[in-house]
Amino acid sequence: MGVRVWAACLPAGSIAVVSDPLLQMRGIDKWFPGVHALNHVDFSVRPGEVHALIGGNGAGKSTLLKVLTGVLRADGGSITFEGTPLVCGSPAEAVRCGISTIYQEVNLVRTLSVAENLLLGRAPRAWYGLSWRRMRMRAVELLGGLGIDIDVSRPLGSYPVGVQQMVCVARAVDTDARLIVMDEPTSSLDARETRRFFALLEQLRARGLSVIFVTHFLDQVYRISDRITILRNGRQVGVFEAAALPRTHLVAHMLGRSPAEVEAAAGATAAASAVAPERPAAEHATTLGGATPVLSVHDLGRCGTLAPVSLAARAGEVLGFAGLLGSGRTELARLVFGADRADSGVFEVDGRRVKIKGPRRAILLGLAMAPEDRQADGLVQDLSVRENIVLALQAAGRRGAAGGRTGSENAGCGDAGGRGGGFGWGARARQRSLARRFVEQLGIVCADLDQPVRNLSGGNQQKVILARWLACRPRVLILDEPTRGIDVGAKAEIERLVRELCRAGLAVIFISAELDEVARLSDRVLVLRDRRAVGTLERSRISEEAIMAAIAGKGGQEPFQQP
Amino acid sequence: MTKQTPLALWRRPTFWPVALLALLWLLNAALTPNFARIEVRDGRLFGSLIDVIHRGAPVMLLAVGMTLVIAMRGIDLSVGSVMAMAGAVAAQLIAVHDAPLAVVVAVPLVVAAAAGLWNGLLVTLAGMQPIVATLILLVAGRGVAQLITGGQITTFERPAFQFLGTGALLGVPFTLWLVAGVTLLVGALLRLTPLGLYVESIGGNERAARLAGVRVRAIKVAGYVLTGLCAGLAGLIATADIKAADVSNCGLYIELDAILAVVLGGTSLSGGRARMVGALAGALIMQTLTTTMLMRGIGQEYALVIKAVVALLVCLIYTPRFRGALQRLVGREVHAA
Amino acid sequence: MSLLRRNIPLLASVAVYAALYVGASLAYHHFCSLRVLINLFEENAPLGLTAVGMTFVILAGGIDLSVGSVMALCSIVIAVLIEQHGWHPLAALALALGLSTLLGTGMGCIIHYLQIAPFIVTLAGMFFARGLALIISVEPVPIRAAGHAWLGGLGIPLTGQLDIPITALVFLGALFVAAYVTVLTPIGRSVYALGGDEEAALLMGLRIGRTKVFVYTVSGFCSGLAGVLFTLYQSAGNPSAGVGMELDAIAAVVVGGTLLTGGVGGVCGTLIGVLIFGTIQTAIIFDGRLSSWWTRVAIGTLLLLFVLLQRALTSATGRRKAQHVSG
Repeated sequence: MGVRVWAACLPAGSIAVVSDPLLQMRGIDKWFPGVHALNHVDFSVRPGEVHALIGGNGAGKSTLLKVLTGVLRADGGSITFEGTPLVCGSPAEAVRCGISTIYQEVNLVRTLSVAENLLLGRAPRAWYGLSWRRMRMRAVELLGGLGIDIDVSRPLGSYPVGVQQMVCVARAVDTDARLIVMDEPTSSLDARETRRFFALLEQLRARGLSVIFVTHFLDQVYRISDRITILRNGRQVGVFEAAALPRTHLVAHMLGRSPAEVEAAAGATAAASAVAPERPAAEHATTLGGATPVLSVHDLGRCGTLAPVSLAARAGEVLGFAGLLGSGRTELARLVFGADRADSGVFEVDGRRVKIKGPRRAILLGLAMAPEDRQADGLVQDLSVRENIVLALQAAGRRGAAGGRTGSENAGCGDAGGRGGGFGWGARARQRSLARRFVEQLGIVCADLDQPVRNLSGGNQQKVILARWLACRPRVLILDEPTRGIDVGAKAEIERLVRELCRAGLAVIFISAELDEVARLSDRVLVLRDRRAVGTLERSRISEEAIMAAIAGKGGQEPFQQP
Repeated sequence: MTKQTPLALWRRPTFWPVALLALLWLLNAALTPNFARIEVRDGRLFGSLIDVIHRGAPVMLLAVGMTLVIAMRGIDLSVGSVMAMAGAVAAQLIAVHDAPLAVVVAVPLVVAAAAGLWNGLLVTLAGMQPIVATLILLVAGRGVAQLITGGQITTFERPAFQFLGTGALLGVPFTLWLVAGVTLLVGALLRLTPLGLYVESIGGNERAARLAGVRVRAIKVAGYVLTGLCAGLAGLIATADIKAADVSNCGLYIELDAILAVVLGGTSLSGGRARMVGALAGALIMQTLTTTMLMRGIGQEYALVIKAVVALLVCLIYTPRFRGALQRLVGREVHAA
Repeated sequence: MSLLRRNIPLLASVAVYAALYVGASLAYHHFCSLRVLINLFEENAPLGLTAVGMTFVILAGGIDLSVGSVMALCSIVIAVLIEQHGWHPLAALALALGLSTLLGTGMGCIIHYLQIAPFIVTLAGMFFARGLALIISVEPVPIRAAGHAWLGGLGIPLTGQLDIPITALVFLGALFVAAYVTVLTPIGRSVYALGGDEEAALLMGLRIGRTKVFVYTVSGFCSGLAGVLFTLYQSAGNPSAGVGMELDAIAAVVVGGTLLTGGVGGVCGTLIGVLIFGTIQTAIIFDGRLSSWWTRVAIGTLLLLFVLLQRALTSATGRRKAQHVSG
């Protein structure tokens, strides 16, 4: 067990002021319709520090940063920067004030040369116009100062993302930024690029620049940051010195638990035994009467996205994926469903080997997935409730019914195709009755079936997607954060529904950022960390604390040692 | 569940184009002498309204296919050239090969469908932007048509074929029957089969459509093929109408008319809902403008200017910014009431 | 290596042009002469100018369908002002240029401030300008004024009999200015930035609205200038001139190596594109046996090949990017 450093876990106000903060945000409030996105949040950054901003989905990180960089206007609170009140209405204005932002996706013009990207808008002139020679020299000098040696006349897009990110930083430095906001800058970088990027951060720190660093990788938080601010559900949970905050405590704060709880749990079930090493799917088979899993997957992986994972989903069982945001849980779900192309992996449905090349094939095999991003990947906003519900069923068409390739009688997607719509005069009426059945069953609140789905609340939208897949009568249902962004009542309903579906013999894969949900619902939990599976917890061992301990990983009890 | 509240009339998507068309026709009936008069001569109907529909037939046909393509975030610039190609093939088959009617109709349609297939494959397989992909056939297609006819205006006499363009059935011009038939057919495809749902889901959210198992590529290709077929049919009508394949003028600029008709009809260039009735109304609006000008002795040149202004105004109505302003305005009235 | 790779589209254009020129010179007697070359420039000057304007618009990620109509409008305005209202040719030219520039600015403003798709706005602009031209005069109007003829006869003597005519000179001059603006001025570079990534350009603090209006203004001006050259070359104004020209101009720009998605390319490529276009046309005329419509087939084929080439090149880098984003 590690040394407990309680002193580090004091509330923000009591941290001794080392020097006047560069940035001071006090009592920031932000309301979105129906949501208190930021609830009186305090946040400060000292000169020359790397300050990590941590929190799960909906914690309010990006809202806070948007308020800071002028994308959004706060509803309350004050911001002072370098001792004076900060007023800026756009990112461009923020840049002029000395606050630059570096986004996850590089926000420079890929088709222009590196030199231009660095100096556009402030390019050196000569009597005849822009001086390309001096621009190149200036760019080389600028990058050289940060230890980057590349050909500046090549287009930015011809360099890997890691280099592009560094060019972003160089531009920020050159625009005389005193504070650089980095929103998941390393999420698309590989290990080597990340190392180089951190070397660059060290340099910035040495120059006295301040950095706000948002990431989901805990290792990186400890590797680079001086202090950590944790947000949860729009509230600031605490500000900590990184060196004095044990990793379990960090995870506990992010998940809204008290560190003591976690430590006690972790102490009771020694970390080593809590996390069973991952075993081949066949071994699990004994746990549920030896039935062949509906779907089993071996060594499914994709280079740079997810290290190979094996899993098995059984009828009547909930398989949970647990992990922090960015741990690879969504990526795994998408690979299973064929939404992204996998580099490796073998699928078996009912013990027979199959290939899943795309979502369509997966659907015909009896899979269904409610995606994490409802808006971008799930709903067609302009279409009505009815159309959104029957979409997948219609798309599967009659071929699915004829094929019945899953090998099992009626469970395939297609069989309902005949009943649910298809062709002819009665199609619309049949669609309506099908949609009405699901609207009633799932308790979807909508004015009428032909209402555009965009007018529904988040919870009802989620149910529409569920209805879409249930109409297909899938055998494996993947739910990626089905409870995200919906109210408590709807959450409870969805939980109840998952249980019911399981009883009816469905295999459910359930993904959620809320560990209590995963712990309550799952029969087994696959734990992921930093884009790899770290182990599977069996029914008897599942508890929030055990999951948390597994997420925090080895060395969870001690503050991270810098190498 | 609450009771369905009937949608305010002016909020219905096809209201604007249809209302504008009705307004135009009413104004014309009041102001232009003889506009509304329809008489029976030699067993067929004559009159300005009939004329508007008859002349608007090619654009209406094109608009039917174009609506689908645009609803899927595509565009087809090549329809005019495809018309010319289809016309050239038909004329050549009659004038040179003296082929039977079935062949004269079928072969150009196959050629047109092949052109559509080509466009569709360029868009889906080669991954080109639709504007570029169809620009290629727009530029080259008319040249190919010219090569088919050897640069001549191929004239012909074949009453059975001419019937396509000038004949009348039960007193109504055959073109009208054709437009009605194609519209009903495609409408039925959209309403009675899942095709409409596929098209609109692709236009609304392509990623979601793919994840729901919709065969995005196949549906897109089908849309372009259908547009090609419509263009082929329009080409046959235009050719039959003048008993000649005038390749350099057949369907010249008509792609722009068709796109404008679709946009006037309320289908957004950025995809989404397919408004076929609106598109037909859009096509008729423009033809009415042209015909009215002619009847009132105003040159066609004014029609161009007015067309431009009307197009811009209607597009303005469809912009979110303007809609927002309108909604705020109307909302205030409702509150006041 | 990278320099080579980046310029593959342009190099391919140059190679195609060289091959065409050499091939035609070998095949047809007298093709390889200074006179033919000068004619090439003279005849294609209006197309070339509209293509130069179009290059700006396409580099910025837009499209301008109105260029042919605006050119026709300018030509007829000039002709009518000189012939029927007795204006001084220079005054007429200036007014026409002002008018076309204003049209371009107007379309740019509508596109930017009202946020209507460029395709639709410039399509309406095309109808509008064509209609206006036909309203002014349905028939072509010949220009007989001596001042105008004198202007059209200007040129730089090259050899005893050969002049470089003013139309070719204006075209080359405009090309030079355009090249200067795109390469060496801040506004020119923001055109590239806008076409490369509008959102990024906005975040970099560039003035997007100004740039957008600028490119359509330039295109309007270039179309107007094309109209001026048209009157000088044809000694007439024609309201039906330049039908379909917008597509030829787009084709020339794309064949010249400018990406239709914006952000990559340049006016030098456009010159090559226009020359390819003109050479094919001239060669077909020289041949005498081939239908002039082969030009269109050839241009269509070239367009296809170039777009496929660009596609292959960008998707190669695109894949790299995608890999990194996901990995």
